[in-house]
Amino acid sequence: MIRIDNLSKSFTLHNQGGAVIPVMQGASLHVGAGECVALVGASGAGKSTLMRMVWGNYLAASGSINVGGLDLVTATPREILALRREVLGYVSQFLRVVPRVPTVDVVAEPLLTLGMPQAQARARAETLLERLNIPRRLWSLSPTTFSGGEQQRVNIARGFAHPYPALLLDEPTASLDAANREVVLQLVEEAKARGAAILGIFHDEAARNRLCDRFVDVTRFTPQVAA
Amino acid sequence: MQAAEPSIFAKVKPQAPLLSVKGLSKCYGSRIGCADVSFDLWPGEVLGIVGESGSGKSTLLSCLAGHLAPDTGEVIFATASGPRDTVTMSEPERRRLARTDWAFVHQNPRDGLRMGVTAGGNVGERLMAVGARHYGTIRHAATDWLGRVEIDAGRIDDRPSAFSGGMQQRLQIARNLVTGPRLVFMDEPTGGLDVSVQARLLDLLRGLVREMGLSAIIVTHDLAVVRLLADRLMVMKSGHVVEQGLTDQVLDDPQHAYTQLLVSSVLQV
Repeated sequence: MIRIDNLSKSFTLHNQGGAVIPVMQGASLHVGAGECVALVGASGAGKSTLMRMVWGNYLAASGSINVGGLDLVTATPREILALRREVLGYVSQFLRVVPRVPTVDVVAEPLLTLGMPQAQARARAETLLERLNIPRRLWSLSPTTFSGGEQQRVNIARGFAHPYPALLLDEPTASLDAANREVVLQLVEEAKARGAAILGIFHDEAARNRLCDRFVDVTRFTPQVAA
Repeated sequence: MQAAEPSIFAKVKPQAPLLSVKGLSKCYGSRIGCADVSFDLWPGEVLGIVGESGSGKSTLLSCLAGHLAPDTGEVIFATASGPRDTVTMSEPERRRLARTDWAFVHQNPRDGLRMGVTAGGNVGERLMAVGARHYGTIRHAATDWLGRVEIDAGRIDDRPSAFSGGMQQRLQIARNLVTGPRLVFMDEPTGGLDVSVQARLLDLLRGLVREMGLSAIIVTHDLAVVRLLADRLMVMKSGHVVEQGLTDQVLDDPQHAYTQLLVSSVLQV
């Protein structure tokens, strides 16, 4: 479902003397349907960079990233938008929403975009919010004023609203208490059971061991700096 | 593992672009307004155009909307009767497009509204321009649209001059969208509005794009607005498009020196 081959990436900082910083070289990995793969490696090794390239907001220098039959390295913006709408979900660490939109609508939005009737999309959103223990009295409020853990759970609800065949998870259990962490782990397990291919970053070691079938150490994709 | 794969691209491919721009240039004497701009806009897509003041954003928008005649280039719009170059079509035809399939939301609502006519009249007028004649139907549509842009129905007989800036802007949007256009041009639609009204307007626009499937081209200098509203982004400098791509890709991994400067210059709140 997700296959990365010989991927490389560098940043060119035009406003800082044109410095070119190679950050990744020869990255290859593969995630099958129903499989969960963790990216591991020290901070700064390139886990998030790799994840963002799969999401399509970082450009690759060379190589290929195949998700559900589309190569993101050569895809047009329109194809990537369609992929994100229907195939590829992403739970980031930060919630980015239009201010003043009620939480329930934030969660339902991916479904509305796919053309689901409003009542049905809202019902699905409410089920997820309920499961993630977001108090009902907060559903009609904008999540921008919520606590960190609540925002995180709204983000997760939004990411799991549509049963995407492929999912990217960036620290889904960070800043959650034990009970909510367990709910999230179950959601991920259910997604695996229905056949989703999942690529994730988990600093929570117990969560990583429980969910993931394989680990990929991104340190081996870090270009060696010529000393 | 291959099961879900062929589905989406079968759906994406066959459509044609709604607007196809090729090699568009406009000079003011020896100064460049915009130069050699090309892009496709697809149904349901929102394109953001950013760049500093004087970079040619508004010139480009005016050329696209037929308010300015470009020096060279094509602006091909998928009309009901097939693709047509709007640059070479006759003035009456272009005007008909402007009041049916297109809409233009001006930065200053006073440029897009008739200040001496009531709010209901402003919305109804555009309907009458496309042939609506039944007073009750027009009034009903006007009331419905005032509600959609969150203007109290009790204000229908007030003139826009009695409205706040934010209400005027929402009224302008209602006036523009009542005829169900397929393409909306917007010049700084949230500029000059206070942030709470901006947020409501952004939400309104997103809902309309989703429900009516309309496409939009939005000129702005506000990167936060494009991140929330635009699918794709075009960055202009000195009349040229220096970078274009997915909105979050251009903002998160800018390639051109000017875009890098632009993105790194935003103040964090």
